Amino acid sequence: MNEPVAAALSVDGLSIRFGGVTAVESMTFDVKEGEVLSLIGPNGAGKTSAFNAITGYLPAAAGSIVYRGTPLNGLKPSRIAALGVVRTFQKTSVFAGRSVLDNILIGLHLQSREHPLAIILGLPSVAREERRLVEKGREVLRFVGIESRESQLASSLAYGELRLLEVAVALAARPTLLLLDEPVAGMNSTETASFMETLGRIRASGVTILLVEHDMKMVMRISDRVVCLNQGRIIADGPPAEIQRHPEVIRAYLGERHARVEG
Amino acid sequence: MKRLATAAFLAFLFSIPLWVGSLYVLHVLIVTGIFTIAAMSLNLLLGYTGQLSLGHVAFFGIGAYVSSLVSLGFSVHLAPNWLVTLDPQPVWLGMLWAIGVSGVCGWALGRISFKVRGAYFVIVTISFAEVVRLVALNWDELTQGPMALNNIPPLTVSIPGLFEFSFIGKVANYYLVLIAGIVAYVVIARLVHSRAGRAMIALKENEPLATSVGIEVTRYLVLSAVVSAAIAGAAGALYAQYIQIVDPNIFLFIYTVTMVIMVVIGGKGTLAGPIVGGLIFGLLPEALRSLHIGPELQWVAYGVLMIVIVSILPAGIVPALAGWRRARGPAKAGLGDAAEAAARQIAR
Repeated sequence: MNEPVAAALSVDGLSIRFGGVTAVESMTFDVKEGEVLSLIGPNGAGKTSAFNAITGYLPAAAGSIVYRGTPLNGLKPSRIAALGVVRTFQKTSVFAGRSVLDNILIGLHLQSREHPLAIILGLPSVAREERRLVEKGREVLRFVGIESRESQLASSLAYGELRLLEVAVALAARPTLLLLDEPVAGMNSTETASFMETLGRIRASGVTILLVEHDMKMVMRISDRVVCLNQGRIIADGPPAEIQRHPEVIRAYLGERHARVEG
Repeated sequence: MKRLATAAFLAFLFSIPLWVGSLYVLHVLIVTGIFTIAAMSLNLLLGYTGQLSLGHVAFFGIGAYVSSLVSLGFSVHLAPNWLVTLDPQPVWLGMLWAIGVSGVCGWALGRISFKVRGAYFVIVTISFAEVVRLVALNWDELTQGPMALNNIPPLTVSIPGLFEFSFIGKVANYYLVLIAGIVAYVVIARLVHSRAGRAMIALKENEPLATSVGIEVTRYLVLSAVVSAAIAGAAGALYAQYIQIVDPNIFLFIYTVTMVIMVVIGGKGTLAGPIVGGLIFGLLPEALRSLHIGPELQWVAYGVLMIVIVSILPAGIVPALAGWRRARGPAKAGLGDAAEAAARQIAR
């Protein structure tokens, strides 16, 4: 793998608290342009909380989050998305009652500039733009390989395709940094393999990826770097091979059985 | 097929005055049409953004009062030595003012109450309607209070020196309301099938996901409140120039309830829903009256029918029909029934 250059996202001293409970304690890490960085750690380690703080869904109690020079602290999620930081959710999250293509069209929100007045007046520019959006939407669906589902209701998709749709909605927003929260959770091994192939193509298209994932095989194979959290603190940060051998990671996360295999 | 169904439905509506002789029936249809337009506007908020406005009649009433006051002219002290006078203006100008003022009220109410949504929005809208009613009731100098605004002139369109036409009488008003209804429908359909409408639907269906792709919550909720209020204001203005008298009772809660019933029973979040609901619940009381049973029984029948529909078809009539069609045909999402797809064609 090429050595990635500048830091795209810098998280510095991030703390997140829920009342008296500290979910994340002075967390510091960088995501470099073009890399795939995985956040791992046992349940409750604070991975999703960190995701939520970066994307504006949770306030940070302390610390700074900077993306390409712009501080994200205090910005609304929609503003952060407009800066190119787009996420998916841990629990499957689509617009269930809409068609697959409609889901993508919603995702393309930032790629269109229809003025409400032009819409109401029915100007031809709006019709042109709608056609262009549908074309773009189909392109995104082809990219993740669910173009044949275009007119189906999102709620009628099989689980694996549903998770692909989630990623497609996020991709439609044209992220430069994509945050994926356990994208292959619940997938079978075939689905996971095909998802990893898709992820490879997303990365090849120049998108930086921050991944939270429990599937260790996938994490180790796809990541340039892995950050391991335990109880709200970073306990290790390095390339996958190093993390796999890191004694604290093995103790905290992979467990004794794994420790023997790896050792 | 769908285009044909729409054309047939429109042809049917346009032909009604040709074969319905009864002026009373036309009157019922006109009032039903006006309330259907109001229900369509409420549907934009309730059905597409999921925000329940229980003060929607406020915009309707504001539209009625503003257009009436502009067309009648007024003279009012805004301060002890500050008299504002307006000479009577053409009714069409009054209607434009009605649309504008209602829209601005929708904007203000949206800005204030969409910071805190859900139950708070419901409370704010109810209070708003009540406050506006009290203002209309007590600001005698402007509104004549309970004495009502009388002799409101009918809408007149003219090209100076060439032609002039006043919408006097049932037939003319029937067509006026029908055309206004089509315009309102097209405006709402265009909005719903655009970037803005998708943003509203997205916020209703899954707000966290919608914001994660860059949709600004307040912006689109306010937009829908503005358009919704403006259309309700237009309906109020139509009502005022047709009935030719406006009193503070126009702000009564029961009118909002009627609109909500029309939207919910017809199917909220569908373009055809408020039309189906509006026609059913606008015409039903009259249909029951023709059964020659006591008035108390009529209302019992009305209530029972409403409960039956809601319990059998909780999503409303139009979504139920669409679901039924989908179950019979191949599994396709589409937009549901014929009217829904036709909406796209009309809108483009």
